[in-house]
Amino acid sequence: MTHALRGSAVIRGVAESELGEVGPHRFPLDLLGEAVAGALADAGIAKSEVDGLFTAVGGRMMSNLDVGEYLGIAPSFTDGTMIGGSSFVSHVHHAALALQAGACKVALIAYGSTQRTDQRRPGRLPYPPELPSYEAAARPVHPVTGYALAAARHMHEFGTTREQLAEVAVAARRWAQLNPKAFKRDPLTVEDVLSARVVATPFTTLDCCLVTDGGGAIVMTRADAYTDRGTAPVYVLGAGEAHSHRSISQMPDLTTTSARESGRRAFEMAGLRPADIDVLELYDAFTINPILFLEDLGFCAKGEGGAFVEGGRIAPGGALPVNTNGGGLSFCHPGMYGIFALIEAVRQLRGDAGERQVAGATTALAHGNGGQLSSQVTAILSSEL
Amino acid sequence: MTAADLVPAEPAPWATFAARRAEGRIPFQHCWSCERAVFYPRVLCPHCGSVELEWRDSAGVGVVYSATYLPARDGGGRHVLLVDLDEGFRVMGSATDDAGAYAIGSRVRGAVDVGNPEAEPRFVFAEEGPR
Repeated sequence: MTHALRGSAVIRGVAESELGEVGPHRFPLDLLGEAVAGALADAGIAKSEVDGLFTAVGGRMMSNLDVGEYLGIAPSFTDGTMIGGSSFVSHVHHAALALQAGACKVALIAYGSTQRTDQRRPGRLPYPPELPSYEAAARPVHPVTGYALAAARHMHEFGTTREQLAEVAVAARRWAQLNPKAFKRDPLTVEDVLSARVVATPFTTLDCCLVTDGGGAIVMTRADAYTDRGTAPVYVLGAGEAHSHRSISQMPDLTTTSARESGRRAFEMAGLRPADIDVLELYDAFTINPILFLEDLGFCAKGEGGAFVEGGRIAPGGALPVNTNGGGLSFCHPGMYGIFALIEAVRQLRGDAGERQVAGATTALAHGNGGQLSSQVTAILSSEL
Repeated sequence: MTAADLVPAEPAPWATFAARRAEGRIPFQHCWSCERAVFYPRVLCPHCGSVELEWRDSAGVGVVYSATYLPARDGGGRHVLLVDLDEGFRVMGSATDDAGAYAIGSRVRGAVDVGNPEAEPRFVFAEEGPR
């Protein structure tokens, strides 16, 4: 039987703010607001029609109150689910549920960050690290240590190589070279990645995501409402969530993430299989991430992710397009990247992706990751029901 | 069951953990209900939910589950290890020898470094020689 949520909600509008480094006179809510204005215009929906607010802003304990006040939105339904970079994919799931239940009619998902600029502000620290107290004495550097430990274990168990990790960064850069808005577009080779400064073995600086500023926003409605507005809608066919731990020492198995569960739930709801997906947007905070997620989401067997990404398979012209905007590694990463994975998936399904457009893409998977491989949320989107 | 039945055996696990660690021990909890080790310490068992948790000390011997080395920009560096201790729980720790290899799968022996009054006591591990 078809899942009741399948295809019941659509994404009608998406937008990013200015990205990269925006300068010291702008703050996270300014970028969030810029993205919201763009997404509402894209959807053809007025701000006064928004009655559902979904947001997460780093370092803000009451994000929804800050954002509601800034935007002048007094929602009848509000959700501040904060599960790191996976928050916004979770918001898509929650918005679909709220829309179907009638809790709201127009759902707005919004994010903004000035993480890069914050590093240069005098007397203003980037948001405070959260060191789980039972790990702090060993002085891990969050978040890179946790991901490095996962990569080291994957290499030990499955023979994944340093070069295979580097291929993920090279593929992302090749996509970024097709995206005029990408932060890093200069040529990159496997040798460049291997010879960069080591941050935490096995990672060099080029295995790690960017630190940029940026905002993003998404407008959702029921599929059977607002049908006269905006461009062609993108259907939410499936969504699934799972989280398994917060601190890396509590992760049950460093080579298997709960994307296995989130993916299974999303595919079951959508009634699709991995082979049905045309384009993937996988949260690539570090080069090990897409390898783990390709395995856990069922695109290859456990342990084969390293070999899977070899030979440019996930790069432009490869068999499976992954992170077509350039990803967190080369496009943009303001701290919580998940909303940009969704926005790129929507653009691909609308045929709006310019030079990097995947020809004929009708199904896309957007996957968010949060914490230290802690939270995994998968959404399956389509231009067709 | 009455509410009184749910009073945890250990209502303040961090304080007890810190006090025992300051004495040079590697503390963990044993769950009397499901017979599993609990770390980090809690008021209830994350496996079965029981509050009947008893403090124990690890012998400090285990296997490296994963390891990363963080080079310092000015030379040197340090290891961050995840160690599966023989009593059945995993800890994050440091290494006594920052130049050592600490291969995944190797046997290590840990102790608590309480030598630096400025720093939080830490778990430090040394490679066990060939057995």
